[in-house]
Amino acid sequence: MALIKDTQLELHRMMMLIRLFEEALEEMFSRGLLHGTMHLSIGQEATAAGACLALDKKDLITSTHRGHGHCLGKGAEPYKMFAELLGREDGYCRGRGGSMHIADLSNGNLGANGIVAGSLTISVGAALSFQLQKKENIVLCFFGDGAVNEGSFHEALNLASLWNLPVLFLCENNQYGMSMASEKAVAGESIASRGKSYGIESIQIDGNDVEAVYESVSTCKDEILSNKRPKFIEAVTYRYRGHSKSDRNLYRTSEEINFWKDEKDPIKRYIGKLLEQGITEVDLKKIDEEVKQTIRTSVKKALDSSLSPITNLEEDSYA
Amino acid sequence: MPELTVGQAINNALSRILKEYPNSFIAGEDIGIYGGAFGVTEGLLKTFGEERIKDTPIAEDAIAGLAVGAAMTDSKPIVEMQFSDFIVNAMDPIVNQAAKLHFMYGGAVNVPIVVRGASGAGTGAAAQHSQSLESWFCHVPGLKVVTPSNPQNAYDLLLHSFVDPNPVIFMEHKLIYKIKDNVVLNDIPSSSELLGKANIESKGNDITIVSYSNMVNVVKDAISSDELSGISIELIDLQTLSPMDMETVITSVSKTKKLLVCQEAPANSSVGSTVISNVVQSSTFSSLSSAPKLISGLHSPMPSAKHLETTVIPQKEDIVKVIKDMV
Repeated sequence: MALIKDTQLELHRMMMLIRLFEEALEEMFSRGLLHGTMHLSIGQEATAAGACLALDKKDLITSTHRGHGHCLGKGAEPYKMFAELLGREDGYCRGRGGSMHIADLSNGNLGANGIVAGSLTISVGAALSFQLQKKENIVLCFFGDGAVNEGSFHEALNLASLWNLPVLFLCENNQYGMSMASEKAVAGESIASRGKSYGIESIQIDGNDVEAVYESVSTCKDEILSNKRPKFIEAVTYRYRGHSKSDRNLYRTSEEINFWKDEKDPIKRYIGKLLEQGITEVDLKKIDEEVKQTIRTSVKKALDSSLSPITNLEEDSYA
Repeated sequence: MPELTVGQAINNALSRILKEYPNSFIAGEDIGIYGGAFGVTEGLLKTFGEERIKDTPIAEDAIAGLAVGAAMTDSKPIVEMQFSDFIVNAMDPIVNQAAKLHFMYGGAVNVPIVVRGASGAGTGAAAQHSQSLESWFCHVPGLKVVTPSNPQNAYDLLLHSFVDPNPVIFMEHKLIYKIKDNVVLNDIPSSSELLGKANIESKGNDITIVSYSNMVNVVKDAISSDELSGISIELIDLQTLSPMDMETVITSVSKTKKLLVCQEAPANSSVGSTVISNVVQSSTFSSLSSAPKLISGLHSPMPSAKHLETTVIPQKEDIVKVIKDMV
């Protein structure tokens, strides 16, 4: 099924937004403007963009430490995200969460989580709410290949399957949990096969093919709602940057990284496909310029905005 | 006013919550047809059905985690850790998630969950089914910790914990389940004003004894001993361990000038050591006429054999002796 042009352009725009957002963060980091570390998803934009754009606003996501893309994909404002990373009052978490903990409930993002597999059982609970409240929405749970060896991954899948919960487990397999290659860490046939072992229909897809991600998530969502069963997608992708800012990439070769950059880059591949299908360079350039402008003005606005005031943080710990 | 055991009082509170809050549900191991390992959820499955009385697999991490996700999405979960020792398997959702999400997300979400668990020793259940881990949770900003000691406060504190917008760890000592008393079945309150308030069990002028959970009952037993006749004792049941009602404690110590804290848990980094630390850091320190004392469990895993178990847990006689020494 061919996607309509507007959807295609939106997928391209979102991938560009995620990439330029994170490249701007890198630049700010190198200028010493950011406190703390961050986990960049550069190279993985297709999973976040494809998956999030296939959802409705009322569908929920749970996200990971590498979550900027998920957050943008679900509709967050770049300005408020930059403001968060800069410790500003206008930031999504008023400077208390930073890169790793952005939540944006107004757009259905239950939050990024710094604990590997920390959001798996949370997504199950949110899906239970949907079931109890008889809502026709799903929860999409993002997690990485590192999460599949945590106990809570297994507890969450088991429960979601037993209770027929409307949750879509989406593993972004970028092939490394920090330095640990998933082939050295994951026993058994594949990550997707782990979903099957809990009776959950599971597929493996090319996570760098944004349309494949979009269409798989759309189909899964429909099936979850009609069959009242959870689903599982393993999307194979690759991160170009280190795990975090301290990573020296000792566990992989530059040839491997360059292969993914040159041959498999999700944005480059999609541009090629769109041009083949008759979308013009002018169309794409217009989008890219708009995105660049959004990033530029958002960064400037965030840098000009006020730092989060020092309030009574002990009181802030409680609702 | 019905006469109820603590177990029945909690059951009544749960039943009332389920009746009045359609978005509430209970999840835990063997809480359905079995009625809970200690019978606390008996009959709830029949009344409220499988949709809201959710028997789970033995998976504490998932039980606590699903409570967090459900609470973030307009449900009101109460989950049970069959023995509170098993909460160790659920530390990530409780400590890293429930306790922190409100703060970490800049106040954008609340996580109103109640995690109930059967705590404490005295049943010969040995080292992995007898612990008093409450102080672990007091150490974590964002959590509230509640420890009832009798049928009335078990009923009331559970209702107040339920309406609190924060995650509450509700530790039910196994030895209180069978304690029976008349219980006023108060309505579900609109706010959790009872949390963070200590209860003065008995008024006195010679010494302040601070305790919580089942140890309150052991202290009461000690106080009634003939050996202590003529000593005027003020007994404070903390009820909530985090936040702790130090105001009531300090006011009392200012009057009695003597402080004894009794707890079942070991002393290191414990509730009792925090009480004493707060008192000696307060202006009341100068009014103390002797050093404060802490009677606690030994720094040992709980043994199974009865004579060894009673060696680890403070006994009535231990308390009587220390009171006599102090006054």
